[in-house]
Amino acid sequence: MTAPAPAAHLAELNVAVLRHPLDDPRIAPFVELLDPVNELADHAPGFVWRLTEEGQNDATGLRPAGENFIVNLSVWQSQEALWDYTYRSGHLDALRRRRDWFERHVEAHMVLWWIPAGHLPTVEEALERLADLRANGPTPRAFTFHSAHSAEEAAAHGTNAVSVPRAED
Amino acid sequence: MEDIDAIAVLQDPVRRRLYEYVAAQGREVGRNEAAEAAGVARNLAAHHLDKLTEAGLLESGSRRLTGRSGPGAGRPAKVYTRARTERSVSLPARDYRTAAELLAEAAEQARLDEALYAAARRRGEALRDAGAPCGGLDEVMRTLADRGYEPHLETDAAEGDAHGEAAGPVVRMRNCPFHAVAERFPPLVCGMNLALLEGLLGTDGPVRARMDARPGECCVVVESSGKVVESSKTNTD
Repeated sequence: MTAPAPAAHLAELNVAVLRHPLDDPRIAPFVELLDPVNELADHAPGFVWRLTEEGQNDATGLRPAGENFIVNLSVWQSQEALWDYTYRSGHLDALRRRRDWFERHVEAHMVLWWIPAGHLPTVEEALERLADLRANGPTPRAFTFHSAHSAEEAAAHGTNAVSVPRAED
Repeated sequence: MEDIDAIAVLQDPVRRRLYEYVAAQGREVGRNEAAEAAGVARNLAAHHLDKLTEAGLLESGSRRLTGRSGPGAGRPAKVYTRARTERSVSLPARDYRTAAELLAEAAEQARLDEALYAAARRRGEALRDAGAPCGGLDEVMRTLADRGYEPHLETDAAEGDAHGEAAGPVVRMRNCPFHAVAERFPPLVCGMNLALLEGLLGTDGPVRARMDARPGECCVVVESSGKVVESSKTNTD
């Protein structure tokens, strides 16, 4: 895998549909894990930023994609850093229990895209990338772990800048 | 080089010893160290290590080994690690990997995690052959080695981990036998692996398996459960 250009960071959005409201006892084990797992992310190698609700430690109170949708939006120095946190840390054990808390995904629920280092993605931008992935499949503009594109490819594709409108194809 | 040719390179017993030694260390190994471990002269070891590198079974680099002194201390030494590329030969040709990936994809989409874990736990128990739960970490090491996990004992107590009650030694594994499928469907396949090991080692005996994923290793660690504690905790390996 080619190393991303140092000027690029990787943004990640993940949406999940809760099976029950956050204050339901069946969701309590998930709620209990929020702080320790977020703490793990904050100290993970390559972690840059994650979205939180104002005055809160997480983004579970934000419902930009619908009442039952919780969103997870974060920025990483590289794809390897995000992979190691997601699947090679204490976060994996929480993922193993995801069926207890979240509905089945019928569409893509996670999207990755490159951003200029220093840029903090907005929720709108993130949801637009997810919509792009759902509509067009993985491209350098919006992709997944298993159909990844390097920052160089994204730059060559003219999609590294945030405000570049996508040409119709 | 085709898999069958690469594997054939291991037919030489010295090469095989060198390969197995380097693979078991999980770190860079220099020529002197490998020669000593294989019980051969340094030049012979160097020759075979380079053959193994040509075959793509090892990777080589150069590193200034710490603790060197005397003439030549400034020169970087050649070091070897096991290559990550998987090699396999099946006669007649079989393709269980594609089957495993397709089954895992279907299980993921159908949310069959619990059914898969139950099957894995039963398989682990069957492999244990209805014997008693694993009696201690030494036995765990042997059991896991037999199944290709490449276990090693980690005695480092300082573990920045939420579970860290008993800070005793833990058995970690360098190899994930399900690597390719686990990379594709991590929570599903790692959960399956944990259930398999729970079945294999037992959940109510002196040891317990739990998930503690780290980069580059198996997702599970095995530690003493604190139950039925006899003094078999000494680490003789």
